[in-house]
Parts: sequence; C-alpha cells; structure tokens
Amino acid sequence: MDYERSLDYKNPIPNSQKNPVAFLLIGLILVITGCGGVETSGNGRLDAIKARGSLTCGVDGKLPGFSYQDNAGKYAGIDVDVCRALAAALFNNPNKVEYRDLTSSERFAALASGEVDVLSRNTTRTLSRDAKGGNGLEFAPTIFFDGQGVMVPIASGITNLKGLAGKTICVENGTTTELNLADRFRELGVAYTPLKYQSGDQTFGAYLQGRCAAVTSDRSRLAAVKTSFPNPANHIILGDVLSKEPLGPVTVNNDSGISDALRWVIFATMQAEESGINSKNLKEKLAFAKANPNQADLRRFLGVEGDLGSQLGLAVDFVPRVIASVGNYGEIYDRNVGQGSRLKLERGLNRSYKDGGLIYSPPFR
Amino acid sequence: MIKILATPLIQVPWWRNNRKVGWLLQAAFGLFLLIAIALLLANLERNLARAGMRLTLGWMSQPAGFDIAETLLPYKASDSYGRALLAGLINTLRVVISGLILATGLGVVVGAASFSANPLLRGITRIYVELVRNIPLLLQLVFWYFAVFLSLPPADQALHLPGLQLAKSGIYLFGARLINGELEGGLRLSLELAALLTGLVIYSAAFIAEVVRGGIASVPKGQWEAAESLGLQPIQILRLVVLPQALRVIVPGLNSQYISLAKNSSLAVAIGYPDLYAVAETTLNQTGRGIEVFLLLLLIYLVLNLLISAAMNAINRLVRLQER
Repeated sequence: MDYERSLDYKNPIPNSQKNPVAFLLIGLILVITGCGGVETSGNGRLDAIKARGSLTCGVDGKLPGFSYQDNAGKYAGIDVDVCRALAAALFNNPNKVEYRDLTSSERFAALASGEVDVLSRNTTRTLSRDAKGGNGLEFAPTIFFDGQGVMVPIASGITNLKGLAGKTICVENGTTTELNLADRFRELGVAYTPLKYQSGDQTFGAYLQGRCAAVTSDRSRLAAVKTSFPNPANHIILGDVLSKEPLGPVTVNNDSGISDALRWVIFATMQAEESGINSKNLKEKLAFAKANPNQADLRRFLGVEGDLGSQLGLAVDFVPRVIASVGNYGEIYDRNVGQGSRLKLERGLNRSYKDGGLIYSPPFR
Repeated sequence: MIKILATPLIQVPWWRNNRKVGWLLQAAFGLFLLIAIALLLANLERNLARAGMRLTLGWMSQPAGFDIAETLLPYKASDSYGRALLAGLINTLRVVISGLILATGLGVVVGAASFSANPLLRGITRIYVELVRNIPLLLQLVFWYFAVFLSLPPADQALHLPGLQLAKSGIYLFGARLINGELEGGLRLSLELAALLTGLVIYSAAFIAEVVRGGIASVPKGQWEAAESLGLQPIQILRLVVLPQALRVIVPGLNSQYISLAKNSSLAVAIGYPDLYAVAETTLNQTGRGIEVFLLLLLIYLVLNLLISAAMNAINRLVRLQER
C-alpha cells in the first residue's frame, strides 16, 4: 500500500490512463486470460458462496408450484425450496438466497458463466446434458419425476395425439420437450407444425390466443400453468405421456464441493420423510436422539453424533436446519404442488420407495 | 561561406526521423496485436481443453432431432444440424430480401409524399415517421404479432378480402377454400412471417423515408422550377428530374438502413418465426456447442451484411455524379 501511495504522490495520473487504448487492451487481455480457470476444481464454488454470504439461485420464476412469486413478492415452490434448504444448511437462514429468473434457453449459459451457483429450474436430466462432451452439467437427485403431456381446449374435441394430425402445437424453444415432440410424432407418422417461443409466457399466451391447437410441456407444468388461466375448466391435459422427465437442480461439472452439498441436502429431506421426521416433530425427535445413545442412525442423521455434515463442508447439524426451514420432502411436495396447493397433483411416482414410488435416499453414514 | 556550403547534410539520428519512427511504431503495434491475439486464442484453447471441449464442427452432421415450423428448404427432424441451420439461414434470407424490397417501396413513397402539395398527406407522413421511428422495434413486433395478428378469427370465420383471406392459421393469397374447418390451397403466409415482415417493413420504411426525404431536399429548388416551367406533371418531375439527382445522396444512406434491417431480422425469435438465430438457439441448447454456434452466427451475419454493403456500393458507383 505504501508503495502505491508514493507512486500516487509523484505522479497523480497513472501512466495507463495516458494511453486509453493500450490501457483497454491490456485490461482486456488480463480479464480474458484471467477468467475461466478460477472455479473449476475442489471446493471453489462452495467457498465462494460462503464468503459472499448468500446463495444465487437460477429459477423459472413464473411457474406456480415450482418457482414463482406470491402476492407478497416472495418466491415459493419446490425449486425455490431446494435453494432455501441449501441456504439453511450453509447459513442457518433459508432467506439468504438471491433469485434470478431465467428462460429455458438462457439457463445453461447462466450456470456455466457463474451468474448463478445453482440452477433449480425444473431441468430434465438427460445423458447429453450430464456428459462432459454435451452440456457438461452435474445433476443433483431428481426432485420431481414427471412426464411430458399435451394440453388442448376441451371444445376442440381432441382426445389423443392422433387427433393432432396437421395441427399446430406450441412449445418452448431449447427444451427436451421440443425433441420428444418431434420423436413421438415421427413414430406415429403424424404431420404437425411446431411453433416455438422463447419463453413460457409467449408459449402459453399464443396457445390461449388460439394460434395453436395444443400446447406441450411437462405434465406438472401444464397443470401448474392451467391454474392461472382465465378458465382452467375449459382445458384438458391428454392422457398420453410422451416421455420421461426427471426434473432436478443442476450445478457445474468438476466442482464436487457444491454438487455434493446440494445432493445431500436434497437426500436429507427424503430421508427425513422416510424416518418420520417433519418440521413439526423435529424438536421432539432431536430431544429423543440426544436422550437415547442407542439411536445411532437417528443421532448420525440429525448431527447429534459423528461429523457427516462437516465432511460435506456444511455444519454438523445441517439436517435439522434444513428440516426446520423447509420441512421433509413430503411436506415440500404437499405445500407446493400436492393436496395443500392449488395444483393438487397426486404423489404418483414421487412417493417414497416404501409406498411404491421412486423417492429414495442413500444411507446417511 | 565556402566552408559552410561544403558541409555535408547533417545526419538526422534515426529516432528523430519521422518516417523511420512511424514505421517502427507501426511494427511494434502490429507485433503487440499479434501477441495479444495469440494469447487470447491460446487461453481459449487451454480453457476449453480443461473443460474437456475441443472446437469442432463434427456435431453439424449429427441428426438434429427437432422440427422447424416452416422452411423453404425441405427439412425434417432426421436431417443434420447443418441442414437445420441452412434452413434457418434461408428463412432469414427470405425475410431480409422481401423486407428490403417492400421497405424500399414504402419508404420511397412516404419520402416523396412528404414533399406533396397536400398538407394532409404531408402531415400523415410526419406522424408516421415520428411514431414508428421512436418506438423500439421489439415492442412493435410483439404488438403486431400478439395484439394484431393473433386477434384474427379462426379459419372457419376467416376475414375475406378480395384475393386474400385472413385467419389465425395464416394469411392466404389467391383463393384458399375451407375444407374440414381448415383453409387449404392458395399461397399461405404464416402469421409469424407476416407479423415479422409487417413490423420490419414499417419500421425500416420510416428510416428509409427520411433518407429519401433528405435526398430529395438536396436537389436545388431551381430544378423543380425549371421542370415545372417545361410543363411537367408533379409525378414526372419527381421521376425524370428530381429522383435521378437525389439518388446519389440516397443510395449511401440506404446502405446502412438495409444492413440494419438484415440485423433486426434476428428479432424473429421473439415472435416464433424460425429464422437462423432461432434455429441456432435450439442447436446450441441441444449440442452445448456455444462457441462454435456463435462463431458461425457471427460469421454468417457478417458475410450477409458485407454482401449487402458490396451490392449497395456497386449501385452507388452507377448513380454517382460522373466527374470528368
């Protein structure tokens, strides 16, 4: 610092400012050569989040049940609860999250460039998105098992995919939906016209205006958006399921600090449901675990003994923090998309494996 | 005296020789630039290698797997990414070329009308130009598409105009007929293309009208009066006397308007028309080949605009004042 100050004293105008072009060029080179190599390995991103004191989360922002702003302007939804859970694990405060609304075509670039730490935007897990040679993403556990569906106006009298022959179908640009649509109709040998828009607002807006005979997206999403239509009862989601859509949050490749933390925060909500721990009985369960040294599984899970949390770079008691702020998986589901919400979606595939569903957490040990 | 004259010319040291110093500075700057570019490329290469990616165009021959709403080039989902991008490019060219022609026509008419003796006509041209020029194009496109064209009635209640039928499923020229609740036959223009063309043409024509107005205003008043005194009609004056002289001022101005139109056509993505940029966006999302796709896009738009510029420069050479 002293050296700099003495320089300032002798020469109040730095040399570089005398030649703006050279200054800019050198700056440009420094910036470009400097970037890219910072957060590629180890705990880079997780440490950066801790230092910053808040988590940046990319969400849809306009999808009821998954991520949207309620009347008070607060974000809510399953995707949002993932971010809140991670913030609770990191900072013991689920509100230390900054949200960024992203369209489906923007989302991967926003994640890759580091604009968001976690992308929690109902993203379908596929091989090419996971692979290094493809999009190069790191998928957290699936939080919602979905399938692609098609919605039509009841008045159209269309009851199945064949009924859409020669019709126009609205779809969002840059989604797996777009590809599944092409695949299924090619199999059926049915001709159709896909009309692609950049955002969900445009896609569903054009459908409501009657530009297309049908609109296609994940079935949960169709159900969610339908609730915001002027006359939800005039539209029906066809029985045909076009694809598997396992939706989950995503982080960048080669940064296991953040991806492991996210993965186990999600598993914690699933394990909590399996162990019968929810936000209401958490205190009793904690007291029970502390009082009973023979409850080894429960004690490890709740951080009463062992160091599972700190192995992840989180607090030892990250599980109780998460459950206290967002509840277990069943509570999250019911509150946002299940019977406690306007969407009223069945649990279906999203039941615990004990009830015949696909929700399963590896052991906490 | 003799001694002074015989003194050889003083040897100027090289660092005070303007020509030499100039060359040296140029060479140093050139070298600096080369090193900078090499550094940038090496850095790109290194970071890509670290991310496990290599710049390649191999993905272009992979099947694209997505459909495109409308193409002039025959295209199906099983075709390659390369062909999908080509279909998108041809869709872009379709808009750009027809947009250039229509916008020029409208712009010249409006520009000429602003010199009309009729104050109502002059007033309308002013209002049109000021209104359109000062509202963002994206807003106008979204307005034309969502507020105007999507408000058309469904096919079985299509608006019938002479030789033209307007419906939600498209704009039909030359007598389409209603078959099973769908309009068929004739020449169909999709609503997306129609809205894009309408928005682009109306927007660009306002700027072109101003260029034309400037060109016409540059012709001295005496030319109008001389033509009038010869007994020519207003239209004849414009066509035979004023426009040929105004063109030398108009053509260079048109060049940049045409380039703007070509670039603005990429806003098609906002209203669902599958132009080059829209197809590239899907391609980018499916392949994850961001750098390659964007380099390709940059190159294509650059070449397209350089071609437009070259064509306009050639026209400019034809119309400019022949000086001897």
